[in-house]
Amino acid sequence: MITLTLKQPVERVPLEAESICPDVMGALDNASIRALPVYLGKRQCRIDDFFTVDGEKSDDIDVHGDLRKVRWIGRGMTRGKISIDGNAGMHLGAYMKGGTIDVSGAASDWVGGEMSGGTIRVAGNAGGQIGAAYRGSPRGMTDGTIVIGGSAGLEVGMRMKRGLIVVGGPARDFAGLEMKGGTIILRSGAELRTGAWMHRGTIVSLTSIPLLPSFLYSSSYTPTFMGVLVTHLRTLGISVPFDQQAGAYQRFVGDTSVVGKGEILVWNPQATASPSA
Amino acid sequence: MVRITGGRVYDPANGVDGVVKDIYIGEDGRVVGSLSTNADTNRTIDATGMLVFPGGVDVHTHVAGGALNFARGLVPENQRVAQKFVHTPELRAGIGGLTPTTFATGYLYAGMGWTTVNEAAVPILSAKHTHEEMHDIPIVDKSTLLLMANNELMLDLLEAGEFERAKSLVGWMLWASKTYGIKAVNPGGVAAWKWGKNANQLHQPIEGYSRVTAGHIVMELARIVDELGLPHPMHLHQNNLGVPGNVSSTIETMNLLQGRRAHLAHLQFHAYGGQDWSTMRSGAKEVAEAFMAHTNLTCDVGAILFGDAVTITADGPWQHFLHELTGRKWGNLDVENETGCGIVPYVYSDHKLVNAIQWAVGLELLLLIDDPWRVYLTTDHPNGGGFWRYPEIMRLLMDVEFRKAEVKKLPPETLNRISLPEIDREYSISEMVIVTSAGPARALGLKQKGHLGVGADGDVTIYSEKPDADGVMFTHPRYVLKGGTVVVEEGQIRALAEGRVFLVHPEFDPTIEDYIRPTFQKLYTLSFENYPTEMTRLKHPETVACVPQ
Repeated sequence: MITLTLKQPVERVPLEAESICPDVMGALDNASIRALPVYLGKRQCRIDDFFTVDGEKSDDIDVHGDLRKVRWIGRGMTRGKISIDGNAGMHLGAYMKGGTIDVSGAASDWVGGEMSGGTIRVAGNAGGQIGAAYRGSPRGMTDGTIVIGGSAGLEVGMRMKRGLIVVGGPARDFAGLEMKGGTIILRSGAELRTGAWMHRGTIVSLTSIPLLPSFLYSSSYTPTFMGVLVTHLRTLGISVPFDQQAGAYQRFVGDTSVVGKGEILVWNPQATASPSA
Repeated sequence: MVRITGGRVYDPANGVDGVVKDIYIGEDGRVVGSLSTNADTNRTIDATGMLVFPGGVDVHTHVAGGALNFARGLVPENQRVAQKFVHTPELRAGIGGLTPTTFATGYLYAGMGWTTVNEAAVPILSAKHTHEEMHDIPIVDKSTLLLMANNELMLDLLEAGEFERAKSLVGWMLWASKTYGIKAVNPGGVAAWKWGKNANQLHQPIEGYSRVTAGHIVMELARIVDELGLPHPMHLHQNNLGVPGNVSSTIETMNLLQGRRAHLAHLQFHAYGGQDWSTMRSGAKEVAEAFMAHTNLTCDVGAILFGDAVTITADGPWQHFLHELTGRKWGNLDVENETGCGIVPYVYSDHKLVNAIQWAVGLELLLLIDDPWRVYLTTDHPNGGGFWRYPEIMRLLMDVEFRKAEVKKLPPETLNRISLPEIDREYSISEMVIVTSAGPARALGLKQKGHLGVGADGDVTIYSEKPDADGVMFTHPRYVLKGGTVVVEEGQIRALAEGRVFLVHPEFDPTIEDYIRPTFQKLYTLSFENYPTEMTRLKHPETVACVPQ
């Protein structure tokens, strides 16, 4: 176990700390970890300028403190575990390929940006562009899981290709923007233009949400795949209504202003499944 | 002053082929016959067990100017994952990748052992910008080519049959832009693109004109370049780039250029057989045969490598087509009456038939054209792949076993459409030096480049004799000297020099300004006085003499 404790809050100028990552620290002794580079703006500093460092040679990293201005934690990690006791800054777990990140507080924008594997759990609220494509990229996350306990900002899962995003609280506008595949579960709905320009993929909302006119009602049913998904979600400690006597998912297809092979499934406890489904 | 001792020297321009001998570089940064023995300031580099080459010369690349800067802005996703250059007391910060920042461009070229580069596409309107950027590309020497084949002021003169005035116009434009040579891109096609058309036929009038054809532009520009006596022949990006079946127009263009000097750019993109994408096959054999018969021509291959690329060209209509073909994002520039420009990011995939054929065609041209003095290694950076990947191509040329193993990985349906599997030729070290340095230097008319004879620039690249752990040679030179200064040592940039800029000042009738000025003031969006690039804007300019022919 490696334990990093923030010495004093990082204010104003953000700290870029992609060296807080099991792939970078895993094999290093304590002195080498202390000497790893971090960037305060354009200035190169050492990890121990900002953190006390205990432990060495471990893929298990604990970080304590309010890291809301500490960016790029776990960037590109492929293994191990990072536990953050506090808040995390922007680009948490961006490009990550494997391993786990747990945050007890809130996280900022770009959680899991373009990740291709692994799991990120944030207990509190998160910012925008969760699992999204960075500006200019054709695709966002290509695999992996992101679970946000609280609310989320704009463009959740923008251009995501595969993988799973679960948002506990309400999401803001443009959830699933230009989505190409994968699954987004909105446990408390979302604001405007959910699924705009989505090509493929599935958005599940457990509350009713405003829909774009370019989404067309298809049917009321309980999809078979939901059984598999629900079983998987249970392993993450998340429950989703399925196989109940009352209620069904209303399926809307879209976005018909583009390819239109995506779907938004809205849980309606009053609805009943169509006989044909 | 430097003495390089004990290395095997490859200097094909002077007939030196792997001889162990000393190279001396004098105080003025040029190669000398000997050094005064008692000078304490001499540095001796022990190159025992190493190969000593003249610095590399890139005859066709895109590293500065409006189009490249537009591309930098269009592909942030590439820059984000590209190599980072962290600010140090000696070096500037920067980003590598397919559209490197200015300083990083110099570091990457020098780090690979290349010391001279030719930026192959500059519109006059963007010449100031290009020169400013080139000033910020350290270490390497630069030359630039001016886009003329779609300049409407010139096309108007050709339409009126006024060859002499067209020649003066070209001379004026060259001097106004402080460039080094003439580039022709899709002659007439970019002018036609402004009407939503292209120029696919060599002998049909260009849209908007009644007499001027693409073939006409090619011949007249080649003649103008020869009569002005520019050191580098007309640099031609032909019509029908990238189109299956373009072999015929490529060979027809070669025939049109009978008796003229010309350099055919990125020939790989002009050597496809078949009728459409489904029947596309390599046309390298036909093109190489025709090319060998035309000793007046030189070419660079513009080979492609599998992976990411960014296509940047003045060939606007092709770029729009490529955007429609791939669905990738597209940028288009209309450069007033001079030219156009299109940008489309692209991925060459090793399991796509068309890309596999393209990959093979580049290598086939390099292997089938058996005069290395006339064919040069390029990737048309960044169109076929980043210039920093040249060592990968060098390995494919020098190691037939490796090449055959790579060919086996291609989609099986590729094999009966290419001739690469039957070719057993391997490049010798000396031939490698010719296609990467001595040949392009000669084609560019840079007499002090590409060799290590007395009077040559002290641009020297020293490689280890053995390949690195991955089996690749020539990726990381042990030393790179630029003008006698050690700029790269032990994989680190040690010194920074500001490279020179080569330009020409051809003779032309100054009264041509009476034609340009009123037309310009009527048609352009800036005032005439702000059009030419001032000499004071160039840092370390060096004018190369013109010899009219």
